[in-house]
Amino acid sequence: MSFLTLATPAAARRLFLGQSGLMLSGAAIALLAGDDALAAKTQGGTATDIRILNTALGAELEAIAAYQLGAESKLLQKPMLDLAVTFQGHHKEHADVLASTVRKLGGKPVVAKAKYDFPVGQLTSQADVLQFAAKLEQGAVSAYLGAVPLFGNRDLAKAAASILGDEAMHWAVLRQALGEVPVPSAFMA
Amino acid sequence: MRLAAPLAAAFIVLAGSAQGADASRGEQLYSRCAACHALAADRVGPRHCGLLGRRAGSVPGFFYTDEMKSSKLVWDEKTLDRFLAKPMAVVPGTSMTYDGVPTAQDRADLIAYLRKAGSAPECQRP
Repeated sequence: MSFLTLATPAAARRLFLGQSGLMLSGAAIALLAGDDALAAKTQGGTATDIRILNTALGAELEAIAAYQLGAESKLLQKPMLDLAVTFQGHHKEHADVLASTVRKLGGKPVVAKAKYDFPVGQLTSQADVLQFAAKLEQGAVSAYLGAVPLFGNRDLAKAAASILGDEAMHWAVLRQALGEVPVPSAFMA
Repeated sequence: MRLAAPLAAAFIVLAGSAQGADASRGEQLYSRCAACHALAADRVGPRHCGLLGRRAGSVPGFFYTDEMKSSKLVWDEKTLDRFLAKPMAVVPGTSMTYDGVPTAQDRADLIAYLRKAGSAPECQRP
């Protein structure tokens, strides 16, 4: 599956509901927007779109590794552990669809690094791990916000905005778990 | 048009130019960079310790695009200000696929933080 698989969000919804029985959120439907004809029409911007998608993919792969570190740290207790695993699952879904879209556009998706340089020594409590995750999620929201206007293909911009929304929710939930104001401002930058 | 007043205020801010640079405010703004950058570690983007005075595309072991490596930029207040305003306009092939930091004051504060952070303990470790 990729961003560019299906002709319309409605078609995506029909296919998904028909084949898997899953209920899709509006965001998930947006992820499936776009089509091959549109991709072909925007060839001029495709190389840039691939680069944007690959940068996002690199960050998603790093987020997956970061949550893995948190999950294996033995510092997270339930329900925070379950939350971290759920959020990691979202990042895996983002990474899968980003990689698939890069391939669909004729590019080569970046792959996960063999090793990530995380500040392991600074993670000594559950709060440290949640704070670390919250920082990554906040940065991810800003990164997607900075990428959305750059896409040549507007359906890719819409899909990236859908991921942005998910990661903003992660950030808010993590802030709430840390006892911070979950949504600190009306605008993101 | 309840949005009119906040939007007008935003445009006024965007149109302003940098006054004095505030490294503390820059540290807060640096959270925007956290998905891809850290001071002392290479992540999706290269480490920022030692950024001021460094030639673009020169952190050993970090994978840069050819365009960044051949940009001939040396990072100082001026080049960073230009790059942060519109990364993909200054280095069209950069993997920093980010629209930019539109406000001059924000860029100045970020750069002030990056300069100050260069002498932080985190950046002094071998």
